[in-house]
Amino acid sequence: MTTATPEAATAGRTITYREAINEALKEEMRRDDSVFVAGIDLAERGDVFGVTAGILSEFGPRRILDTPISENAIAGLATGAASQGLRPVVSMMFIDFIGVAFDGIMNQMAKMKYMFGGKATLPITVLANSGAGTGMAAQHSQSLEALLCHIPGIKVVMPSNAADAKGLMTSAMREDNPVFVIMHKRCQRLRGVVPEGEYTVPIGKAAVVREGRDLTIVASAYMVQETMAAADRLAEQGVEVEVVDPRSLQPLDTETIVASVEKTHRLLTVHEAVEFAGMGAEINAQVADLAFDYLDAPPRRLGGPFSPVPYSPPLEQEWLINADDIVEAALKTVNG
Amino acid sequence: MTTETTAAPDTEQLLYMFRTMVTIREFEEAAGRLAEQAKIPGAVHLYAGEEAVAVGVCAHLRETDTIASTHRGHGHCIAKGGDVKAMFAELFGRAPGYCGGKGGSMHIADLDIGILGANGIVGGGPPITVGAAFAAQYRGSDGVSVCFSGDGSTNEGTWHEALNFAAVMKLPAVFVIENNHYGEFTAQEKQGAVTQLSKRAAAYGIPGVTVDGQNVFEVYRAAGDAIDRARRGDGPSIVEADTYRYYNHTGRSEGDPRSEQERARWRERDPIAILAAVLEQQSILSGEGAERVTEEVRATVEEAIAFADAAPYPDPSVLLDDVYTVTGGAR
Repeated sequence: MTTATPEAATAGRTITYREAINEALKEEMRRDDSVFVAGIDLAERGDVFGVTAGILSEFGPRRILDTPISENAIAGLATGAASQGLRPVVSMMFIDFIGVAFDGIMNQMAKMKYMFGGKATLPITVLANSGAGTGMAAQHSQSLEALLCHIPGIKVVMPSNAADAKGLMTSAMREDNPVFVIMHKRCQRLRGVVPEGEYTVPIGKAAVVREGRDLTIVASAYMVQETMAAADRLAEQGVEVEVVDPRSLQPLDTETIVASVEKTHRLLTVHEAVEFAGMGAEINAQVADLAFDYLDAPPRRLGGPFSPVPYSPPLEQEWLINADDIVEAALKTVNG
Repeated sequence: MTTETTAAPDTEQLLYMFRTMVTIREFEEAAGRLAEQAKIPGAVHLYAGEEAVAVGVCAHLRETDTIASTHRGHGHCIAKGGDVKAMFAELFGRAPGYCGGKGGSMHIADLDIGILGANGIVGGGPPITVGAAFAAQYRGSDGVSVCFSGDGSTNEGTWHEALNFAAVMKLPAVFVIENNHYGEFTAQEKQGAVTQLSKRAAAYGIPGVTVDGQNVFEVYRAAGDAIDRARRGDGPSIVEADTYRYYNHTGRSEGDPRSEQERARWRERDPIAILAAVLEQQSILSGEGAERVTEEVRATVEEAIAFADAAPYPDPSVLLDDVYTVTGGAR
């Protein structure tokens, strides 16, 4: 895969995405005693995807807790502890489970600072796994980033590769606001070049992960992988695609996206989340507002069908967006 | 069940508690009046009638201890040391209010003195209490976090999650249930399968006690035991205070579903009158002395209202401030 960030490419060492999250956690925990980690099966088990492996043995039970299966209490743990100056990292395990915790997220964590007139500072990192393609069915496969981006007071990042996973995770833990770090399940085993030692990727800064002149495709998380594969095939047909990975969806780096569209004059947004009222709608609307005169074709979007994620493998494959779908949508955008 | 470690309040504490209860009463009567006059936008949920609960609990708390409160939160705020000027200014939606006018009655907070906020969501406070109590435990301090919540909140999932979480982690927390017998407009016994809510403590393996919430001495003793227990590191407990709000769910409006007789019966057991009678009997404060305190408090409340009324509204330019902390990023 060619999605490692250019600055990381010189460092040489490769690790997986989940190891990168793990490394960021450990480095930040060594640096700052106010960072603690809490969630379901994180300490003894090391998390369902292994992102907290080895933390208990290095830091002991004070710094990492196995909590009851009580997502709203976990959200409250984060908000209450952060209000007292700690820097919690809590896990929702699967992003689908934010449904249980949503009061704690939407009404408490997100609003406390503003509704208290600015007096609360809430440095919280929330980890959650999203995405379909692993046979986990409707309640363990959703992509809910747009839901979170719609709530003022929280930030949302979605790393697509190992280097960004480390860099965004580190930045999230240093941020004085609640930040959701949404990990895609199918990214967890991706390997990439990741700098050793301190490494941050700024929240709110997109990456141009492939340059091209004919079409801008904005894609996040695992969709970056599919988009890069599609871009290779499109290049064979003479269509040069520029791929922009926003990395951070709230705040969104509209400037980088608009600059790319001003160059390519065409836009396709791709996400795994259902298309209706997804991030693609937001990005396309912003580009229409800010760069209408540069557009040679209507901005298009490609997102998941408007249904829960099905279980049966052929149905799930039908539901998912893949490189074929992206090639087709790209050609429609380019050829009209 | 409890170890009954709490000594009776001394004279100074009794006088402080009396004055604080009167302050809450006068504050709430004025807030109700101002809401009727539309001086206060939105809703006010009045604490009048329940004063002994907030005061009997908060009399044990240090400035560094924390409380989570409810939509009926003015009393908790005053009992924890809140400033009535900043409170009224907030109710009026003015710039010098506690939240700069961005919160209003249901979101008054003062983190500097451990007030984690009133809360517009029933059951919003218990999980936050878990976090604040965890922070005290994490730091190895003997700080305590108290959650005030109503009978209605005990039917929220958040309340159960928080109680179990606090119990299993042995957090330094106290969950005070203000059982005023109505969740909004519906009687508690129609909403809850258990009416003595302290019994729910059995589900979490922690102590639970029910006290007369109109009698500040009873609240003081039970809360003191629970807070001591939490401070010692022995974990959370429940204190249920049997109490009553004098007014409707919101404001002092008509349409109260509760009978005249029921309301009159509770008025006969007024928490301020009960305390005043003891103070007079023990020659700590005469009837005239109590009247003098009330007059002084009224003057303070009137002064706070005048301050709030004259205070400027927030400038529209602050609309988008404080959605996020902007000092974030590289520390």
